[in-house]
Amino acid sequence: MDIESLKRKAKIFRRDILETVATAGSGHPGGSLSAVEIFLTLYGYQVNHKPNDPRWEDRDRVIVSKGHVAPVVYVTLANFGYFPKEELKTFRKFGARLQGHVHSKVPGVEFNTGSLGHGLSFANGIALGAKMRGKDFKVYCVLGDGEIQEGSVWEAAMTAAHYKLDHVCAIIDCNKVQENGPTNEIKNLEPLRDKWAAFGWHVLEIDGHSIEALKVAFDEFSSTKGKPTVIIANTVKGKGISFMEGKSAWHGKAPNKEQLAQALSELS
Amino acid sequence: MEMKPTPTRDGFGEELVALGKTNPNIVVTSGDLEDATRAEYFKKEFPERFFNLGIAEQDVIGTAAGLSTQGYVAFATSFAVFLTNRAYDMIRLDVCYNNLNVKLVASHGGVTVGEDGASAQCLEDFAIMRVLPNMKVICPVDYIEVKKATRVITKTYGPFYMRTSRAPLPIITKQEDAFVIGRANILRDGNDATVIACGVMVSEALSAAEKLKHEGIDLKVVNMHTIKPIDVQMIMNSAKETGAIVTAEEHQMAGGLGSAVAEVLGQHYPCPMEMVAVKDSFGESGTPTQLMTHYGLKDVNIVEAVKKVLRRK
Repeated sequence: MDIESLKRKAKIFRRDILETVATAGSGHPGGSLSAVEIFLTLYGYQVNHKPNDPRWEDRDRVIVSKGHVAPVVYVTLANFGYFPKEELKTFRKFGARLQGHVHSKVPGVEFNTGSLGHGLSFANGIALGAKMRGKDFKVYCVLGDGEIQEGSVWEAAMTAAHYKLDHVCAIIDCNKVQENGPTNEIKNLEPLRDKWAAFGWHVLEIDGHSIEALKVAFDEFSSTKGKPTVIIANTVKGKGISFMEGKSAWHGKAPNKEQLAQALSELS
Repeated sequence: MEMKPTPTRDGFGEELVALGKTNPNIVVTSGDLEDATRAEYFKKEFPERFFNLGIAEQDVIGTAAGLSTQGYVAFATSFAVFLTNRAYDMIRLDVCYNNLNVKLVASHGGVTVGEDGASAQCLEDFAIMRVLPNMKVICPVDYIEVKKATRVITKTYGPFYMRTSRAPLPIITKQEDAFVIGRANILRDGNDATVIACGVMVSEALSAAEKLKHEGIDLKVVNMHTIKPIDVQMIMNSAKETGAIVTAEEHQMAGGLGSAVAEVLGQHYPCPMEMVAVKDSFGESGTPTQLMTHYGLKDVNIVEAVKKVLRRK
């Protein structure tokens, strides 16, 4: 997919996310809006996948470690044809496949998450298994910046470097805000690049809302040998909606009718 | 020739190697305790299928979960305390909620760990493992049974927790005895009361039965090797036939085998019941025998519990 159509899609994704969360009456818009370009570029450019065959053996794996951003994940999968967009209206409803945090009963979701700090070890396990099987698919793991306060992330970071898992790519949606405020005030993550480099990773830092930059970063990951790659994607929480941007209040809250109307008008 | 008492961890380690020879899909992760869990036997034979992930239990579980998605039967190994307590959320979410083919095998259950003391003596693993949906919980009684259990959990899909012992356990079962998950074995039939036990407590129960025989009390002894799914039929039949139940386990009284049996009796066939277990206490340093005595886990304690339950009949 070319850049221009991806950019057009970003706007559609943001609309769908807001409508999905508003219809549900709850959910996590902030971190979903910050990760739009990450998921869009993954599925629209980087990842080898077959939406009509979600369990295709040789598919690249995308592990959503920040499982609360189910809205952006489901919106991405629906827009790429994994399931009808109509189903987004069932998000968080009783009996629906679209659970509040990502669940593998949704076509295209690999792993149920929602508790933070689980995805990277799981991604490493897949990568080790793929290596033993002689498979050459890649494993992507999307994490939040607040999430990496979890110690388990660093256990996994050591493992990926130790086993030289150069087919593992971690993408940190670095939106700088967590549930109760700015990440670096709650527990400072900096120097983030140095931390990952010290753990033996190939580190890239980019503008996470630039599809061009994401493509370049993914290309560099594909050609990096001998170590895992982490893409620190600098983003804005609530990106695209003036009253949500940078606000921790919108981490896990649905817009009401008026707020939705305003948000949608900002996207038109 | 009679076999001498052997730690069940040895049987696990040996059987895993035997299975690994014919099953190329077995992989093992370890939290740098493979020497103690006996997973190192597998490491020596199949280094390419063994991953020591360092002192990082969360990673030990999560990586095993990932490996299992590639068609592997993933064994995650450590001490019971570290594996179950330290990495609990990984067991809950990665393994159970995702219902993956991961087998948690932990050595060092109970006070028979001995001199290392409370921090290494797991007394809550049955409780916290059996409350997790999709999880099955096994505590083999001896070297022969642990080998069978290792074979069965390897070929049965889904999450399992199996506790092995550091202490040598007497050989109670025979090669020809059946081992079916969720189906307990009667080791001794009797009419007056039933002791339902697992692990090291089974031999104590058999010893208690001998002692009670001299006093004219006829005890039935059941080896409840599977704590979940619990053998409801065996519990019901024992309650109906003997009218009194005593449970015995090397575990906290809350939440373990005794609780599982009580749940069945309470709902289906209330009858007098006593529990022999650790009473809301941590362990401490000592020899296994000293500790079993101190915490009331000896045959004499079972004898006492049987007499008490008989008075309530």
